[in-house]
Amino acid sequence: MKRHHLCIAFAAVISAGAARAETDSSLQSIEQYREALRDGNPAELFEAQGEEIWKTPAGPKNVSLEQCDLGLGAGVVKGAFAQLPRWFKDTDRVQDTESRLLTCKEKLQGVDIKAIIKAPFGSPEKDEMNALVTYISGASKDMPVKVSLAHPKEQAMFNLGRRMFYFEAGPHDFSCATCHGQSGARIRLQELPDLTIGKGAGVAWTSWPAYRVSSGQMWSMQWRLADCFRQQRFPEPNYTSDVTVALSMFMAAMANDAKLDTPGIKR
Amino acid sequence: MKTFFILPLLLAATPALAESGPKTDWGQGADDAAFAAMIKSSFHDKGIATLARLDQDSTQAFCSDPARATGASKEAVEAREKIEAENLATIKWPADNTWLGDWKKGEAVAQSGRGLTSSDKADGVRGGNCYNCHQISKQEIAYGTIGPSLWNYGKIKGDAPETLRYTWGKIYNSKAYNACSNMPRGGHMGILSEDQIRDLMALLLHPQSPVNQ
Ligand code: HEC
Ligand code: HEC
Repeated sequence: MKRHHLCIAFAAVISAGAARAETDSSLQSIEQYREALRDGNPAELFEAQGEEIWKTPAGPKNVSLEQCDLGLGAGVVKGAFAQLPRWFKDTDRVQDTESRLLTCKEKLQGVDIKAIIKAPFGSPEKDEMNALVTYISGASKDMPVKVSLAHPKEQAMFNLGRRMFYFEAGPHDFSCATCHGQSGARIRLQELPDLTIGKGAGVAWTSWPAYRVSSGQMWSMQWRLADCFRQQRFPEPNYTSDVTVALSMFMAAMANDAKLDTPGIKR
Repeated sequence: MKTFFILPLLLAATPALAESGPKTDWGQGADDAAFAAMIKSSFHDKGIATLARLDQDSTQAFCSDPARATGASKEAVEAREKIEAENLATIKWPADNTWLGDWKKGEAVAQSGRGLTSSDKADGVRGGNCYNCHQISKQEIAYGTIGPSLWNYGKIKGDAPETLRYTWGKIYNSKAYNACSNMPRGGHMGILSEDQIRDLMALLLHPQSPVNQ
């Protein structure tokens, strides 16, 4: 509880600072600002919160998530984030961290995950998921991304993600490639990673989930993607749907060997 | 007898193939059917951003394949020329032959990136997103670089009728001049009104606009 209040106070202070930093509007000042924040990333508070949620019995079955198998065996958290998304035998699906967490909540805890899927970002249901992902990502910090495409369903997910990246539609004819398909481009002053090359995908994939200084919120990759789809003028992707897992698979596999800097901190 | 039945079928299929040009092989598990099924199961309506937006027009379908959008083969080049001609035919030229509006209003349209997202209202103001991709006036330093700089656009290009026509056409339907341009088709897709396009024209071309100082 105490932790939560601390978070909110911290966020308020930082948001005021962010507004000031933006009026300076030079790339350099944003970069310096990020550096200054690196010493104390508020994401650490969400990490601690996530660990607590992971270990606390919950749901109709009143059990914790400690026996959840994230791909390295039941209960292994360290290094799990680095190899996700991956194919899971029990579900016969390729799953990212959030999709896998839903499976564990449903199977271990007996939770009705439909409510979590439907809840909007920023709701308590989604905040809990984001804290869990933050905790899991922190347990792979400094490890290299090691995503496998050995299983045919993993390769298919990658191929679908690559195809989705170029899928253009909507009133603005935007695709991911419009904004992330070239190197060195910006929207206003925001640098856009080129997600079609290892370097750009590496920088992007290894820095999410991230604490967003401008909003004081902890965003998962699912949230990041949903907001890019909003900017793309698309309808909203279903939480943990195949489109989102496929795009993550595309980015993560392109980012293989890059060092995870999770959880991250962003504008 | 047999050929009689097969021939019409072949004829029907040929123009479609010629139109589409080369095709990317997306690899195992990502053929047209699998891809369509994924899209169908992965989105929901949100506000004004409904599922109907996922239905592509022929230009969008064409440009979603990099082999066609950027391929260097003769078929790819010819296919893009066809797409450009189709888009050129959609352009509505200013009815009263008035090309330039108010550059001050144009600056506001160019600044705004609002409109048509799932969090916008149907009757909300729509901006042109221009500064998101272009440098335009020197005063605005927070500009994007997906498109070329338009600083001094009118000073460099002049005000000949062809320039007026090209600039109007580019804003109305960018894909008339570059089949798979990253720039939105402002007029054709109903993002911008004719008056907003006039104001943007003035921003780029009026001698008194800050763009041309
Ligand atoms: C209209 C432009 C636009 C489109 C289209 C777009 N994005 Fe983005 N994206 C951005 C911007 C701008 C940012 C930087 C976010 C910020 O600083 O607020 C960003 C950030 C990201 C990031 C985080 C990068 C990092 O290094 O932190 C990822 C990942 C991403 N986008 C993926 C995608 C994917 C996948 C798609 C297609 C579904 C997509 N984007 C479509 C504009 C876009
Ligand atoms: C998503 C990015 C994007 C947006 C938004 C955008 N443009 Fe562009 N624009 C481009 C790109 C890329 C080019 C150059 C490539 C091409 O021919 O399409 C371009 C080219 C142009 C040109 C032709 C320049 C020349 O020298 O031939 C004009 C004029 C132009 N844009 C005006 C505008 C205006 C006005 C707006 C706002 C209504 C706008 N653009 C919005 C990306 C964009």
